[in-house]
Amino acid sequence: MPKAAVDYLYYLRAEKLPHMWCPGCGIGIVVKSMIGAIDSLGWDKNDIAVISGIGCTSRAPGYMDMNTLHTTHGRALSFATGVKMAAPDKHIIVISGDGDATAIGGNHFIHACRRNIDITLIINNNNIYGMTGGQFSPTTPYGARAATTPHGNIDPAFDLVELAKGAGATYVARGAVDNARMMEKYFKDGMEHHGFSVIEILSNCHTQYGRRNKMADAITMIDWISDQVVSNKKAAKMSPEELEGKIITGEMYHNTELAEYTDEYAKLIERVQAKAALKA
Amino acid sequence: MSSASSEKSDIVFWQGNEVVARAAIAAGCRFYGGYPITPSSEIAAVMAELLPEVGGTFIQMEDEIAAMGTVIGASLVGKKSLTATSGPGFSLKLEHLGYACIAEVPCVIVNVMRGGPSTGLPTAPAQADVMQAKWGTHGDHPTIALAPAFHREIYLDTIKAFNISEKYRVPVIILIDEVLGHMSEGMIIPDPSEYEIIDRVKPSVPPEEYNPYDTQYGDVPPMANYFEGYRFHVTGLNHGANGFPTTVPDICHNDEVRMIQKVMKDVDTLTEYDEYMLEDAEVAVFAFGSTARGAKMAVEKARQEGLKVGLFRAITLWPFPEKVIHELGQRVKAFVVPEMNLGQMILEVERSVHKEMPIVGVNKVGGVPVPPYEILEKIKEVLQHA
Repeated sequence: MPKAAVDYLYYLRAEKLPHMWCPGCGIGIVVKSMIGAIDSLGWDKNDIAVISGIGCTSRAPGYMDMNTLHTTHGRALSFATGVKMAAPDKHIIVISGDGDATAIGGNHFIHACRRNIDITLIINNNNIYGMTGGQFSPTTPYGARAATTPHGNIDPAFDLVELAKGAGATYVARGAVDNARMMEKYFKDGMEHHGFSVIEILSNCHTQYGRRNKMADAITMIDWISDQVVSNKKAAKMSPEELEGKIITGEMYHNTELAEYTDEYAKLIERVQAKAALKA
Repeated sequence: MSSASSEKSDIVFWQGNEVVARAAIAAGCRFYGGYPITPSSEIAAVMAELLPEVGGTFIQMEDEIAAMGTVIGASLVGKKSLTATSGPGFSLKLEHLGYACIAEVPCVIVNVMRGGPSTGLPTAPAQADVMQAKWGTHGDHPTIALAPAFHREIYLDTIKAFNISEKYRVPVIILIDEVLGHMSEGMIIPDPSEYEIIDRVKPSVPPEEYNPYDTQYGDVPPMANYFEGYRFHVTGLNHGANGFPTTVPDICHNDEVRMIQKVMKDVDTLTEYDEYMLEDAEVAVFAFGSTARGAKMAVEKARQEGLKVGLFRAITLWPFPEKVIHELGQRVKAFVVPEMNLGQMILEVERSVHKEMPIVGVNKVGGVPVPPYEILEKIKEVLQHA
């Protein structure tokens, strides 16, 4: 069934546009897909909080006409946890960059996964700290150039999908900015999932990453991403040799069996209050 | 442990930490985000036990920074929120203390002070975080810190801390120490008729007219809750009345001035203190928190020996009762300032008195309270030279 056209401006704070991102930045595609997903879920924007940390990606909530919270570097998930615990029936989306979510926010990231609290985390992974001037992040590829790896990066990179799965997230997907349709599907499924969802989006920062690595424009960088990604369906038929240097995309994990954190707390309250009522 | 709706007017025998927790619930606190640390952990334990019964939420987070993050998040939804910590944890809390200041989010932070720096003396008292409470988070910001000295006062000041935080949209710090936190002391639970409960002012305008930092209603802008249709933006960046980031120098400057002014304009009503035998005193002992208890004993001993000595017990440390101390400085010949640090609040006394006169400290940082006899000795020494 063809989807009705999305009224994007309904979800945006039009008076805040134009946005502050560079022309061709992948974050725009991510935000558009987020809105598409929210629209297809039919959520009331009064019931949604979009929460972020610090960095280029974290400026996204400011443009979205919802309950928006731009917090401190790496700590968005902690604020989001407080918001969700205080309003368990509301929809909480956290949008974060790779440095924000997995370096300074690494501890909050793994523990939010572990709790399986019903929050959707979207990570715009452009392999670099963009806003601060192109320093390497925990997802910068080995050998890549960054402002702080002028001689090539020697740090091993995180695999965010494996990290999220290992830490206990119950919906994990990886998409890329070269396929907005799939990205929107993962966002929708992640938002709909009752538990902690992590959606990693391979994205382009041609300004800070690309320019230092011979990919100074958006098209070249998105082509570079396209050359690397392989869907999990295709990957299943490929040999380890063929998969060398490839990044697998798709829904990587979806478990609806495990208890969600705010549900558990609601049950705890019920238990305690029933016991107190007996005593009274 | 008895239930949250514990019978009033009975004498209870609680640790200071339990007093904080129970008073918080009486104040309407319905969210606690914490992280284990000695000597404040009992506050978390009591909150974990009692909050569910009143429909509130307790969460233990992965670290102190996250705990403070949850507190701000829950407060934005409209819950009165508390966190408690000690020394090293307070250092970590400071990141989000600044956030609560600039975003003007009400919350209460308890620091049960222990020896430092770093891990220091985890199970021993200190009063060495008083300047950190004032200056610890970066940038200029308002600071309100209360330092009650006995359990009934801890109870009432915890309620007061929530009231102030709601009234002024500020984080409020309660500074007690290991002695007060762990000591059990008999007290009668204050009856609700003995205190007021203040809630934040909500906007009276419809969402389309709402600005979260609108100063047309005064220095403290009305505060909407998330999810009530207002859809406003909150950021740790400098922002304009609409909550969105700005770098316009005049807006940034004026907003920071307002943030501090909203507290300082009420400094006279905010500063709580207790004066004891100061009417004819030649020497004033300035003390706060548990040290003030020993100081009172020293003053009484001195009086028994016919010495004209009184006690000024600061209950509000920040903002500092500058004017009152200045006036006291015109009446007495000297100050003795005992504190469990190497001389922190004495700097404020000197600054406020602003006059050549003996102002001497009695300082202990070894993890034991300042002994009354040492305060007494210092009083005598000062009187000899006064």
